[in-house]
Amino acid sequence: MKAKVLLSLILLCGGLAAPAARAGDAASAAVATPAACELPSYLLTTESQLPKVADVVKAGKPLEILVIGSGSTRIPFSEDSSYPARMQAILKDKLPPSETVNVSVEIQSKKTAEEAAGTFVKLMEAKRPTLVIWQTGTVDAIRAIDPEDFRGAVTEGVAALQNAGADVVLMNLQYSPRTETMISAPPYLDNMRVVAQQHDIPLFDRFAIMRQWNDQGQFDLFSPSHGPELAKQVHDCLGRALAQFVIDAAHLGPAQQQN
Amino acid sequence: MTIADQVTGSTIAGTAEAKPRAAAPAITLPAIGERELRLDLFRGLALWLIFIDHLPPSLLTWFTIRNYGFSDATEIFIFISGYTAAFVYGRAMLESGFVIATARILRRCWQIYVAHVFLFTIFLAEISYVATSFENPLYTEEMGIMDFLKQPDVTIVQALLLRFRPVNMDVLPLYIVLMLALPLILWSMKWRPDVTLGLSVVLYAVTWEYDLYLSAYPNGFWAFNPLAWQLLFVFGAWCALGGARRMSRILASRVTMWIAIAYIVAAFYVTLTWYVPQLSHFMPKRLEQWMYPIDKTDLDVLRFTHFLALAALTVRFLPRDWPGLKSPWLRPLILCGQHSLEIFCLGVFLAFAGHFILAEVSGGAGLHALISLCGILIMWGMAWVISWYKRVADKSGAKTKNAVGNADMAGGG
Repeated sequence: MKAKVLLSLILLCGGLAAPAARAGDAASAAVATPAACELPSYLLTTESQLPKVADVVKAGKPLEILVIGSGSTRIPFSEDSSYPARMQAILKDKLPPSETVNVSVEIQSKKTAEEAAGTFVKLMEAKRPTLVIWQTGTVDAIRAIDPEDFRGAVTEGVAALQNAGADVVLMNLQYSPRTETMISAPPYLDNMRVVAQQHDIPLFDRFAIMRQWNDQGQFDLFSPSHGPELAKQVHDCLGRALAQFVIDAAHLGPAQQQN
Repeated sequence: MTIADQVTGSTIAGTAEAKPRAAAPAITLPAIGERELRLDLFRGLALWLIFIDHLPPSLLTWFTIRNYGFSDATEIFIFISGYTAAFVYGRAMLESGFVIATARILRRCWQIYVAHVFLFTIFLAEISYVATSFENPLYTEEMGIMDFLKQPDVTIVQALLLRFRPVNMDVLPLYIVLMLALPLILWSMKWRPDVTLGLSVVLYAVTWEYDLYLSAYPNGFWAFNPLAWQLLFVFGAWCALGGARRMSRILASRVTMWIAIAYIVAAFYVTLTWYVPQLSHFMPKRLEQWMYPIDKTDLDVLRFTHFLALAALTVRFLPRDWPGLKSPWLRPLILCGQHSLEIFCLGVFLAFAGHFILAEVSGGAGLHALISLCGILIMWGMAWVISWYKRVADKSGAKTKNAVGNADMAGGG
């Protein structure tokens, strides 16, 4: 029992200390991160890399990013505030001014991973992006698709995207505390982590990130009715986090570029 | 008083009047005496942990065992259920025969089924409320879960058929199916316990090899596959019917102890890498690929062995006559474990209610912890009331010799 207490205390202290430590760095950064978006760095680190993105940016070619998502990719009636649009803005800010960044969005509304993956070959022929951010899992969780089938579908989808010559980032489900008793997210989160590990591709852990914000009190995601404001703020932070994540995974940070 | 009463009744020190009249040669029931308090203790613990795991994560979640290894409270619950069910109904089968015992088991199944339907009704009320009151543009997609409310005719019938089971309501259907199989298991155990256990292992292996499952509604499968989870249940039954005693030499050996400790430490390290990803540098990639995913649906071998290791250490370091079992501090846990069906249902209900309060009142971590604590206190209070009622009812029932029904309520569950 003592060990458990100790462990939870250590983890708790780590959780408390990490945002404080980062606050110092943030002040010096060119684009200051709003306090509400603060995240411990481990949520934004990945060992996997994005070599194609790195090459394109180093060669000064335009960076084409395709976000394949579902209902939670956008905010109804305010597309400009959704996370893909925010990510584009932040990337433009952070990358060298000469760099062109185009983000296009493909919404696969109410489609499971398997249904979405079926469209990838054609989609990739049409768009030819350097980087695909594939956000999936929610529809599968709602419909309680067999997690193994889900894993198979994600694996196939990732393979199709990679075969078409793109770097891939996987993005998992939203943290949605109000529907937690109705939608079982863990099997889908686990399986996405497995696929990311097996293919050595970065996984943007949207679930853990949003839960962190909720737990730390930055956003109250439990509350039943908010206007579009909350959604806009959350998407802004997600866009920032995602942009940072891509820059780090492709080793495009200011310090890294000097090497 | 029947023998089942002494196993399941709430008095700690049941006076051992009756001796087993006829012991079949194949199985040996433990001598009747004191109630096995360790079972109650750990079942109570499992119930508390299941309750906490069903609430949104909070500080208390760090105390649940699923954060420290592969297996979690479900394994404990199913194993102990198998153990006590075999103990109670195995005795009934020896004494009153197959038909009577089967009838009693079926009655028990019916009780669990009714409890499940009751919980489903509460779930419907909750989800309907959320559906009408929740308007957050952030979560328009997640609201797709409400679609099933559009066809209540199909959904409710599927729920009654145990094919539609909302999140957190998977344990009771699993339990019902396992209990339905219990007459067969016991009958086979009476004949050859080891063969029965062997058959159970074969079924488990076949389930894995050929990917057998029970389908669910609207699609998918049972979140706890009974064809795989039966292994724990049958293993529990096998232990209750003399297996535990025959294994005692293995359990007492130091080699077993060290293997168990090594395995638990290794599992702890693996789980640590989930929370501290930096540590996964030290995990061999090949091991990861072999190990993941650790499947809960089909009771992954890693989970099963983790439970075995935990159980082996528990049996070793927590002797049957450990005085702490009678201490007032563990009393709440033991009480809860003695009325597991009622307390389990109450726990699921309290988890729903806790969600509801957290959703309505944004109180943060403090309120969260308070709700968890209150839930546990309510579970304890309820267990105490049930015990008290049972004591009173048994006293008046003893005059009319009508206490069998009460034993059933608590027995095997």
